[in-house]
Amino acid sequence: MSDFDIACRDLVEIVTDYLEGLLDEGTAARVATHLEQCPGCAEYIEQMRTTIRLVGRVPVETISPEVKLGLMNAFRDFHD
Amino acid sequence: MGPESAEPPGAAVLPPDDAKLVERLRAGDERAFSEVVDSWSPMMLRVARTFVSTEASAEEMVQEAWLAVLRGLDSFEGRSSLRTWVFRILSNQAKTRGVREARTIPWSSLAGGDEAGHTVDPDRFRGVSDRWPGHWTDEGSPQRWEPSPETAAISGEIRGLVAAALALLPERQRTVVSLRDVHGLTSDEVCDSLGITAANQRVLLHRARARLRVTLEDYYRDDKNEVSA
Repeated sequence: MSDFDIACRDLVEIVTDYLEGLLDEGTAARVATHLEQCPGCAEYIEQMRTTIRLVGRVPVETISPEVKLGLMNAFRDFHD
Repeated sequence: MGPESAEPPGAAVLPPDDAKLVERLRAGDERAFSEVVDSWSPMMLRVARTFVSTEASAEEMVQEAWLAVLRGLDSFEGRSSLRTWVFRILSNQAKTRGVREARTIPWSSLAGGDEAGHTVDPDRFRGVSDRWPGHWTDEGSPQRWEPSPETAAISGEIRGLVAAALALLPERQRTVVSLRDVHGLTSDEVCDSLGITAANQRVLLHRARARLRVTLEDYYRDDKNEVSA
């Protein structure tokens, strides 16, 4: 691996920026190259993507039916 | 009478056609209002909880915010998205009420006992005198998660695991990762709602996701140990 290669230890700390598209072009390219050559980091980033996806499926809490009903009534009152 | 669970997922589902939505709301279209309340209240609750200490207070804040939205709708000029505007109303209400109940740690402070920014155990990487310093060790290298967490047999268990891990995150990490990855807010919207910088947001998001990944990794590692025992 060349001197320009990112160490895995450093890559794991910029993986969020990479996925957000916040890295400059040069660094992003180096990350992409590294991912092609390093199964460990490729797996790491895949696990990050999976984690994000799974977090997106967590059940969410919302307002109670009573509060919702109150808001719908208020909306009707505004437009009467 | 508190917040109740709703079906996953939590991301907003309304199309970004704000102008049409505003028109419908101004015209008294109840279905439009019902949809937007259903869609955005979960994330508003998440934000409200950063301002107040009880579930009831958070719900009350969201309710008051919606009422303020109704009162102010005619003067909404569309200079920001409707959602951004609604979130600003929520944040402004919190400030007007002067609420920071039991919230003594300012958002701008990121000190919180975290080690020097490492989100992966340094022992998993090769040392400086190694031929490939900083690269994964054989034992430390991430192993594929088999079977996939989305496999029917374990997906329910995994979902519970992730939900539990989310609840255990430090509050600021939990809030940011929830708003981004559960509710689908953009990074700008999160920064705007919480009054934090883009840099703050990135760090919190990064740490939260890294912790959640570790939770899942441990699940798979423990499973392997059981099988081989």
